[in-house]
Amino acid sequence: MTSEELLQIAESVNAEHEKFDYEVNVCMGTGCMSQHSAKLREALTKEAAASGKRCHVRQTGCMGLCAAGPLVLVEPTETLYGSVHESDAPELILSLGEPPVERLRAHLEDYFHGQQHIVLENSGHIDPEKIDEYIGRDGYAALVKALTEMTPQAVIEQISKSGLRGRGGGGYPTGLKWGTVAKAFGAQKYVICNGDEGDPGAFMDRSVLESDPQRVIEGMAIAAYAVGASKGYVYVRAEYPLAVNRLTVSLREARRRGMLGNNICGTQFAFDIEIRLGAGAFVCGEETALIASIEGLRGQPRPRPPYPAVSGLWGAPTLINNVETFANIAPILRKGAEWYAGIGTEKSKGTKVFALTGKITNTGLVEIPMGMTLREMIFGIGGGVPDGRKFKAVQTGGPSGGCIPEEHLDLAVSYEALISVGSMMGSGGMIVMDDTSCMVNVARFFMEFCMTESCGKCIPCRVGTAQMFDLLTKICDGKASYADLDLLIDLCDVVKNTSLCGLGMTAPNPVLSTLRYFKHEYIEHIENKRCPAGVCACGSGVATEVEVTA
Amino acid sequence: MPAYPMPALPSDDKRWKIVNGTMRRHGYTRSALIETLHTVQSSFGFLDDDAIRFVSKSLHVPLSQAYGVVTFYNHFSLKPAGKHTCTICTGTACYIKGADKLLATATKMLKIKSGETTPDGNISLMTARCVGACGRAPVILEDGELVGLVETATMVDQLERWALHD
Amino acid sequence: MIAAVDVKTLVIDGINVSARADQTVLEVARENNINIPTLCHLDGLTDVGACRLCLVETKGSPKLNPACVLKVEEGMEITTTSDRLKHYRQTILEMLFSERNHVCAVCVANGHCELQSMAQDQGLTHVRLPYMNPKLVVDASHERFVSDPNRCILCQRCVRVCAEVEGAHVWDIMGRGIGSLLIADLHQPWGESSCTRCGKCVQVCPTGALTDKSKLGSDHPKYPEFLPNLEAMREGR
Repeated sequence: MTSEELLQIAESVNAEHEKFDYEVNVCMGTGCMSQHSAKLREALTKEAAASGKRCHVRQTGCMGLCAAGPLVLVEPTETLYGSVHESDAPELILSLGEPPVERLRAHLEDYFHGQQHIVLENSGHIDPEKIDEYIGRDGYAALVKALTEMTPQAVIEQISKSGLRGRGGGGYPTGLKWGTVAKAFGAQKYVICNGDEGDPGAFMDRSVLESDPQRVIEGMAIAAYAVGASKGYVYVRAEYPLAVNRLTVSLREARRRGMLGNNICGTQFAFDIEIRLGAGAFVCGEETALIASIEGLRGQPRPRPPYPAVSGLWGAPTLINNVETFANIAPILRKGAEWYAGIGTEKSKGTKVFALTGKITNTGLVEIPMGMTLREMIFGIGGGVPDGRKFKAVQTGGPSGGCIPEEHLDLAVSYEALISVGSMMGSGGMIVMDDTSCMVNVARFFMEFCMTESCGKCIPCRVGTAQMFDLLTKICDGKASYADLDLLIDLCDVVKNTSLCGLGMTAPNPVLSTLRYFKHEYIEHIENKRCPAGVCACGSGVATEVEVTA
Repeated sequence: MPAYPMPALPSDDKRWKIVNGTMRRHGYTRSALIETLHTVQSSFGFLDDDAIRFVSKSLHVPLSQAYGVVTFYNHFSLKPAGKHTCTICTGTACYIKGADKLLATATKMLKIKSGETTPDGNISLMTARCVGACGRAPVILEDGELVGLVETATMVDQLERWALHD
Repeated sequence: MIAAVDVKTLVIDGINVSARADQTVLEVARENNINIPTLCHLDGLTDVGACRLCLVETKGSPKLNPACVLKVEEGMEITTTSDRLKHYRQTILEMLFSERNHVCAVCVANGHCELQSMAQDQGLTHVRLPYMNPKLVVDASHERFVSDPNRCILCQRCVRVCAEVEGAHVWDIMGRGIGSLLIADLHQPWGESSCTRCGKCVQVCPTGALTDKSKLGSDHPKYPEFLPNLEAMREGR
């Protein structure tokens, strides 16, 4: 494959599209499919054929706004319809070329205003199972460019210059990581894509894998070229069946087009990717645990150093990046590091995809340039808190993160800023809570999560999370004393500083951040045996139901 | 070629050939353990001692190690599931939108805890750690099919329908 | 021919020490009679860094590192005892005591228990955390040994000695988190498992979790010192 051949494919795809006057894109992401978008697509296809209009009905990936699904986007008029039922199909097809169907239109100017799509640029516009549609939108141009015009060193330089940092949460500079693996000794090296999106309340990676899987494959191939790897693994959660299917199809397509396999683009470069299914363990998002899992073992982390970049999968130098990180690679090489570095803040470059959920009007995926304030995201794009309720806190960073109160809403989003207020970027979950949420109960919820997801290897995490969970339950039940609170705070310190891996080290964060901003709620539970939000069965004699997942 | 004779298939059930196929595709390496367990889980619905014994013998993985792996991951179950499965998502977004109440209702109604099956083998109650459909929270999976914006009443109706039909 | 070995110098608790480049801080400290507490470490077995008792402070690093897997570096400055470390070590021991059911007075290992002596060494006088007392069944099905999970601290010494030295890998851990449990084969009674009856696991067990039947109720010392000898013998072969 040369860039000319790539261009030819793109042209033929686009010529194919020219044959149609209208394109009707139906969202077939997990969210919309749960609202029967598959049936809707069938109905639309049937109607389109019967109408005689030159109209192409296409399945696409996620358009972002899962709450208003199923979504239909009509091109070229860019009309977006929401909550479309299959019975609406005739009317919708009939309206092509006429004024749009007003009653179905989704008015989401606020939602899309302020967003900047890089990772999601193709989501909702292409059929994720067709590689040629990806190529038609500049797909694989970056890989061809890297292989035919750039040295591995030059690729790493570009990534470093772009300022891209790991999107899995830690924010480690991607270029530096690649450089380390490239320099490490080893005839065999591996590239792993971490798609074990375990943060509850986050679904960016699922969406990218469902909507634009070729982008991830291209990013991985470029990474493999840069670090000198010949074998890749995508580690995906088994809970994401649709993503696994689309990825399987896409890998086959990529091999068919010669983007994976031997002699890629006529060069010496050989690379192939296998899928590995996660089996339901949050801790496998930790890179050494993920490696253990790919090796067929219990997903238990091991002490670092040595880091996977030096000794990873089967002891070989291994590059691990998250789905969203790989999804950023192709655009950086295509449009240049300077372009990417021009977006975002001084230390956090580019865009970040967030999953806006909880008590918020527009729940769904948003991609914003770094540096946007939380207020703009929640009250601008997100449309604020519904049902006339009052905003209380926004939780970011999953079980490792924290709750950010109203007073910090004007914080510009970046890795450092979120840490400074006691939370963290995490993979991008953003859960909004209103005044019906009890912050002690929220802390208890996350502690229960960490307790059941702890791998059990090191003592502080194994026993500490269980003891902290019991203490939080005691507080929720209105049976705790101030001595219990002191003990809880002490355990937070011990677990944070002595645990083996990130799961344990960050497990106290939800407690620490709620204590920092909502200590009065803890005191109210202890002092007056009362839950201000009315969530906990405080002092009523009924114990808060303890539900432990087996 | 494996150095030791391969264990015989546990029975002439055709599904064992599928399991064997997975192991062959990975060259009977130890690292194929989890992939193979996935195949057993999806073909049989659960993993019993015979299955674990067969897989661990074939891949030369110590029995205790294989058992440790099976019980480490939530996705694998040692017991068959009920005829119907109701999985309640307990991710953060669902929790904020009242998944705990759904779970409490289902637990009370079916008189079983999460991870258990009703004594008649009809309904299994499970929880999931976020299925990634947070935009539709709270979410449950009815026999694997995702249902969003669940209200307690609609879930109760579904459970009653399942309970009545057999 | 002997290959040239790189030598590093470092400071541990203010004492200048030298070490081979491939040594860990724990090894070097012990060579120099500096005691760093450990429970999951045992000479002759691979280190897992799980018990966190050997955490030490490294100058210039905010992170505490387990000495058992921390490789020496030139110019490194290590502190093995401080008020902070002491507090952490005590709390970790408290956690261990509270996790299962550790009542020394009625334990077969009383007087020969590493958990017990560790608590004494670290000055642990009482446990602030409530005991969890899970209901775990004692397994006395083996003709020679007994396994009492109520005394198990999940250090995995038995798992490693059985897998790495005896080569049987009868033991492993099932489940995860607070529900982790030591199992033989497919969670079978020990007596019905593929155990070779070598007894190494009993000797390396730091507590009264794995014990010798014939010694019940009487003195029950353990002899884990054989491991390095066994290792050395094999290396010489």
